Amino acid sequence: MTTYAPVPGGPYMRKNKSVQRSMVLVMLALLPATAYGFYLYGWPSIILFSVTLASAFAFEVVCLKIRNQPIQIFAFDGSAIVTAWLIAVSLPPWAPWWIGVLGSAIAIVIGKHPYGGLGQNVFNPAMVARVALLISFPLEMTIFIKPIPIISEMAPSLGDSLGIIFGGASYDAFTSASLLGTIRTELGQGMVISDILRDSYQPLAWMIGNATGSLGEGAALLLTAGGIFLIYHRVITWHIPVSTIASIAIIAALFHLIDASRYPDAMVHVFTGATFLTAFFIATDPVTSPMSPRGQLFFGAALGLLIYILRTWSVYPEGASFAILIMNALTPMIDRYLRPRIFGRTYKGEPLKSEKRP
Amino acid sequence: MELFRIHGGARLEGRKSLTAHKPTQIAPIPSVLHIPVQQHVGEPAEPIVHVGDHVRKGQLIAASKKKISAPIHASTSGKIARIGDHQAPHPSGLPVLTITLEPDGKDEWTDLPPPIDLEKATSDEIAARVSDAGVVGMGGAAFPAAVKLNLGQRSKLETLIINGAECEPYLTCDDRLMQERPEKIVLGIRAMMQALRVQKSLVAIEGNKPQAVAAMSRECAKAIGIEVVEVPARYPMGSAKHLVQALTGKETPAKSRIADLGVLVHNVGTAYAVYEALYLGRPLISRIVTVSGHAIKNPGNYEVLIGTSIAYLVDLCGGMTSKPDQLFMGGPMMGIPLPDLDVPVVKGTLGVLALKAEKMHAQPVMPCISCGSCVIVCPAGLTPLEMASRIKHDDVEGAAKIGLNDCISCGSCNYVCPSHIPLVQYFNYGKGFLAERAKEKSNQERMKALAERRSKRDEDRRKELEKKHEEAKRRHAESIPQSGLESAT
Ligand code: SF4
Ligand code: SF4
Repeated sequence: MTTYAPVPGGPYMRKNKSVQRSMVLVMLALLPATAYGFYLYGWPSIILFSVTLASAFAFEVVCLKIRNQPIQIFAFDGSAIVTAWLIAVSLPPWAPWWIGVLGSAIAIVIGKHPYGGLGQNVFNPAMVARVALLISFPLEMTIFIKPIPIISEMAPSLGDSLGIIFGGASYDAFTSASLLGTIRTELGQGMVISDILRDSYQPLAWMIGNATGSLGEGAALLLTAGGIFLIYHRVITWHIPVSTIASIAIIAALFHLIDASRYPDAMVHVFTGATFLTAFFIATDPVTSPMSPRGQLFFGAALGLLIYILRTWSVYPEGASFAILIMNALTPMIDRYLRPRIFGRTYKGEPLKSEKRP
Repeated sequence: MELFRIHGGARLEGRKSLTAHKPTQIAPIPSVLHIPVQQHVGEPAEPIVHVGDHVRKGQLIAASKKKISAPIHASTSGKIARIGDHQAPHPSGLPVLTITLEPDGKDEWTDLPPPIDLEKATSDEIAARVSDAGVVGMGGAAFPAAVKLNLGQRSKLETLIINGAECEPYLTCDDRLMQERPEKIVLGIRAMMQALRVQKSLVAIEGNKPQAVAAMSRECAKAIGIEVVEVPARYPMGSAKHLVQALTGKETPAKSRIADLGVLVHNVGTAYAVYEALYLGRPLISRIVTVSGHAIKNPGNYEVLIGTSIAYLVDLCGGMTSKPDQLFMGGPMMGIPLPDLDVPVVKGTLGVLALKAEKMHAQPVMPCISCGSCVIVCPAGLTPLEMASRIKHDDVEGAAKIGLNDCISCGSCNYVCPSHIPLVQYFNYGKGFLAERAKEKSNQERMKALAERRSKRDEDRRKELEKKHEEAKRRHAESIPQSGLESAT
């Protein structure tokens, strides 16, 4: 029986980095796309966002108390806030308050702490919450609205917004389906892609994010800017985002080539739905993604494939969250098989063959 | 020159500006010198002087009888005051047999051997002189240098790489040496090339030392076959195997030596010590040490006699501004902790650093968030997070399976970990555990072999006795009937 006892010594210097700093950087990176979402969807979305974050923090504190962990250190590491942020931006922007609170509860109380808290969870807590909500409340989770900029006449006032989020006030006049949802429904009715997209093929609007969808998933350009910011600060690496997006694009292009009437082109798949949010912010969650660059490339490529499959053939046109959970489950295996190569050894761990020297 | 990519590596804060511009000062002779008999990798040297003896500067005071060892010389003239255990800078913190010398202040040289005539000298003669001078690797490893100069005969070598990377933060001793004495370093390099029979030498210097690069380039331009190569400041560029990879593109296979690739790496400081041994006949009795860190009043570089106490050195720098939070010898990445200031400078002492907590970015340890940063920077291609977690769960063998013994303890993973996990401490524990077990195992095997030999010997003896017995019986049996027959006939 051995028992680990630290051996004193170096290194005596560290990079000025911390978990908290990484989390704050993630929040900063999400800020532009989120703010744009607030602009598009107005007060109700701001209220929903706030409720989700506040409740996540409260659940985090309660869980830490129950688990007898130092609250000072862990409650302020920012991880619960980032989780809640990711839930909030992937909710329909005007969802009722309890969807946000329930999402936070599922993520923090079920998705994170039972595994041992920070760093120990197998599944991305935000995606656990989203999938649970999607399955349990399919109606509330799929009522999307058209963008109505907060500055427009049509946008609900703060008072109306409180009514929408807390009081269940009806807002049927504003609702709309997401593009992927529309495609799914109308394909089912026997229409072909070119007819479905006749009026709504607007790649430029998609890129900016001016399209029906979740609170913060649309603004591809702003999300990309945030992602590049994170890569620059070395919070994430390029491997997962690039392989995920490339994989979706390539597969979509292939199918589009095979049958353009059934399979929309790569633009649709890349720029609508949660592709960018998933690729830059959700798939890159350090805890639940592979540790080595090789593993990450594989993870992203497989994730793209799964997202495509789920979007195209499953009942859920917004398949990204399911795809993430499946890939999370595969991550330990990817980590086992796709290790980096040890210096001086082959991938199998054998010493490299030395060149014969005279 | 084209450079090759090395795996992993981290960009560190250099913190070299504290001392990089300060010329090396000669430290005065202290009132007492504690000279350990083991300052190198290998077997300790054996004292050949006695308490009360008077010795002169450069005189041999402890001889090396073993192959991998290095002799020790008096750093100045004076009286041997004591021979006994004293604290030494060693990771174990255990005291080492030490010769205490009380300087007489005259600093009188002993009779030095004449300079070697390089025109005529053979490889063996050069190596022997370097060996006699007690020269060891001056980059911190302190491997007896002559052993690595004799290799020319056995392996066919092509390139001598001179390591002036100095990739650890704070340290500037090699930087200053290259700036101030480049011509002597080049003479040392030429002698080493001659001993090794190589035609080509590359002097690798990290790009963060432009003055050293300029000075060395100027001198190397005058010599044939020596080229200065500026390498990127990327830790651990100074790791020999990685430096070889960056310069030649060759990756040293596990369980092989760099020499098997036809390359040899020596430190710039070693080249300088070789110069002194060959051209001046002087043994290695002093070295340049960087004294730095934010707790030191006037950081600087000092040429110090081996055996000078750290306390004396710190006093030369005006003392401490405040109590340091960490005090250690060597660089901040691979240095070893100092129990206190009463420890002598040895041949492998690169620096003495006294750091303040706010500059070390020490923070509370958080759980691993598997961010993979450690994996990306690990120059050995390992997965530090996994190894640490296995060791933490008492599965050192599991950690060994995924490469614990390939870890070079460079500390890059530790440096970048956002959760501030003391990864290297786990690895050092794990390696210590494995080494201990290997020793036990080999002990057991020795015992088993002994026991087997003994039982075999017993067995042989028994068989022999039996054979004799049989023989006797047979002879006896033969004799009886014969006689019987005889008598019958
Ligand atoms: S750098 Fe630290 S937190 Fe990140 S994976 Fe490695 S050990 Fe875990
Ligand atoms: S200390 Fe070991 S595990 Fe860590 S980076 Fe260096 S070689 Fe890799």
